[in-house]
Amino acid sequence: MKSGVLNLVMKRLAVAVVTLLIVLFAVFFATSMLPGDTASILLGQAATPEAVAGLREAMHLNDPAILRFVLWLVGLLHGDLGTSYANQMPVAALIGGRLVNTMKLAAITTLLSVPLALTLGITAAMLRGSVYDRTVTVFSIGVISVPEFMVATLAVLLFAVYLKWLPALSSVNEAHSLTDLVRIYAMPVITLTFVISAQMIRMTRAAVIETLSTPYVEMALLKGASRSRMVLRHALPNALGPIVNAVALSLSYLVGGVIIVETIFNYPGIAKLMVDAVATRDLPLIQSCAMIFCLGYLFLITAADIVAIMSNPRLR
Amino acid sequence: MTMARATTSRRSFLGYSYSLVGVVAALVILAWMLVAILAPYIIPHSIGDIVDDDYFGPMRQGLWLGSDYLGRDMLSRVLMGARYTVGISLAAVFIACFSGVVLGMTAAVTGGWLDTCLSRFLDAMNSIPSKLFGLVVVAAVGSSIPALILTLAVIYTPGAYRFARALAVNINTMDFMTVARVRGENTAYLIGSEILPNIIRPVLADFGLRFVFIVLLLSGLSFLGLGLQPPLADWGALVRENIGGLPFAAPAVIIPSLAIASLTISVNLLIDNLPQKIRDRDA
Repeated sequence: MKSGVLNLVMKRLAVAVVTLLIVLFAVFFATSMLPGDTASILLGQAATPEAVAGLREAMHLNDPAILRFVLWLVGLLHGDLGTSYANQMPVAALIGGRLVNTMKLAAITTLLSVPLALTLGITAAMLRGSVYDRTVTVFSIGVISVPEFMVATLAVLLFAVYLKWLPALSSVNEAHSLTDLVRIYAMPVITLTFVISAQMIRMTRAAVIETLSTPYVEMALLKGASRSRMVLRHALPNALGPIVNAVALSLSYLVGGVIIVETIFNYPGIAKLMVDAVATRDLPLIQSCAMIFCLGYLFLITAADIVAIMSNPRLR
Repeated sequence: MTMARATTSRRSFLGYSYSLVGVVAALVILAWMLVAILAPYIIPHSIGDIVDDDYFGPMRQGLWLGSDYLGRDMLSRVLMGARYTVGISLAAVFIACFSGVVLGMTAAVTGGWLDTCLSRFLDAMNSIPSKLFGLVVVAAVGSSIPALILTLAVIYTPGAYRFARALAVNINTMDFMTVARVRGENTAYLIGSEILPNIIRPVLADFGLRFVFIVLLLSGLSFLGLGLQPPLADWGALVRENIGGLPFAAPAVIIPSLAIASLTISVNLLIDNLPQKIRDRDA
């Protein structure tokens, strides 16, 4: 029976690898569809046709797209992310520190939002139908239904404009003390936590409620177990798989949220780098950033699926 | 799908009272649709006219929603913005749902390698985060209105496909499908006359949800400055251009956000409060 799970997990991993290849392919071709010639864009309007032709040759732009894709892929495997068009720096150097900044933001958000969302989601499911549950549900639907930048602007209005507790912008370089650091991370983290938690609360609540409606929980109720014992002893262990699945899936929303949050708060992370790269049409940089985001996203949704497989007792 | 489950479980204790919410939500949506169509005839000022000496002016008589960062009338700009936000999103969701549902039904009915290839490919597309996908495609093809509509449609087709295919696969195992096959009906008949009528209601609910996703993504892109380009401005672009008014809590930055929220929340509430028969996937 154990090999059945292993098989499924291996299959899921294989699917992830194939997906990654398709995604890389899609990213590469979307960016090479750029209208207008990269070489002439780089050299500006005053460039002579000879100079443009020379640069095209030097950048291998005349090679067939499929060959360039393979070359790019081989470069990736060697850790060579290419050179930025905009400032001729190696992409890896541009990304390095920024990636760390984004990871920090993501890590702090995760540490905050997971316990918060699980507590709210599970208690809401336990007190299903109460005013508390209704409030939590309406609140989370509200946050999900509005764009991330609205959550961010409302947070700025509340904490920076009316309460004047926090600065509206963050600048990691100016952090001299712990309080500075807290003030800098506060706004982006608060915004992201709202966005991620709303998703997680909904999914957790749904997972627990689903378990609560199973026959064995009804049995526990009939034999006279208390409500909290029913939830914590009987329902929760079985809901653990779906909940971990929900957590991983919700964390994948970080990818979208971080793009908006880093832009609005001017946070020097990789998402801000990518948005700027799109504005200047810096292809190697866009490709690498997109790839990193897709890797993170794929990792999270694959992890979610594998947890779902592992936690299914019927497969063990 | 989690959403559907959560709402079905909520229904049992909410009873009748909430259908009122559904009606209000429907009215809000209808109002925005009308505004989108009639905007050029009802705006009090031309959207380019500078009508206020001050920028980020407050709400007052004549300038009901204040003025923006150049002193232009915010009410007119929000009303015209409805046109782009609602229009582009509607066009995109029509294309996404139409192609997704047709492909999904075809894959379910045909099966075999077509189904496998299509599902694999579209699942892979689905594993690109939507905002990232938007950024990359906008970088590639630019942000003209047709390009935006197509980009948004392409991003949300895989989801519509997956949803429709899952529904159609269930219907496909029914006896009446076997009967139709034995009669020698072709695929077009099978999907159009046998499958579609049985899945149309959940597909319509999915259409609404997807519309919300598209409005949010379009607003997000415009907010990043990568969606609709000036002088055109949808609601997301209006928030972006007036973000400088945030420290003064100017209405110019709050109102467009509220407009987006009123539309998306209304669509969500309408779907949540639809009668059970329409909403359920196995109805």
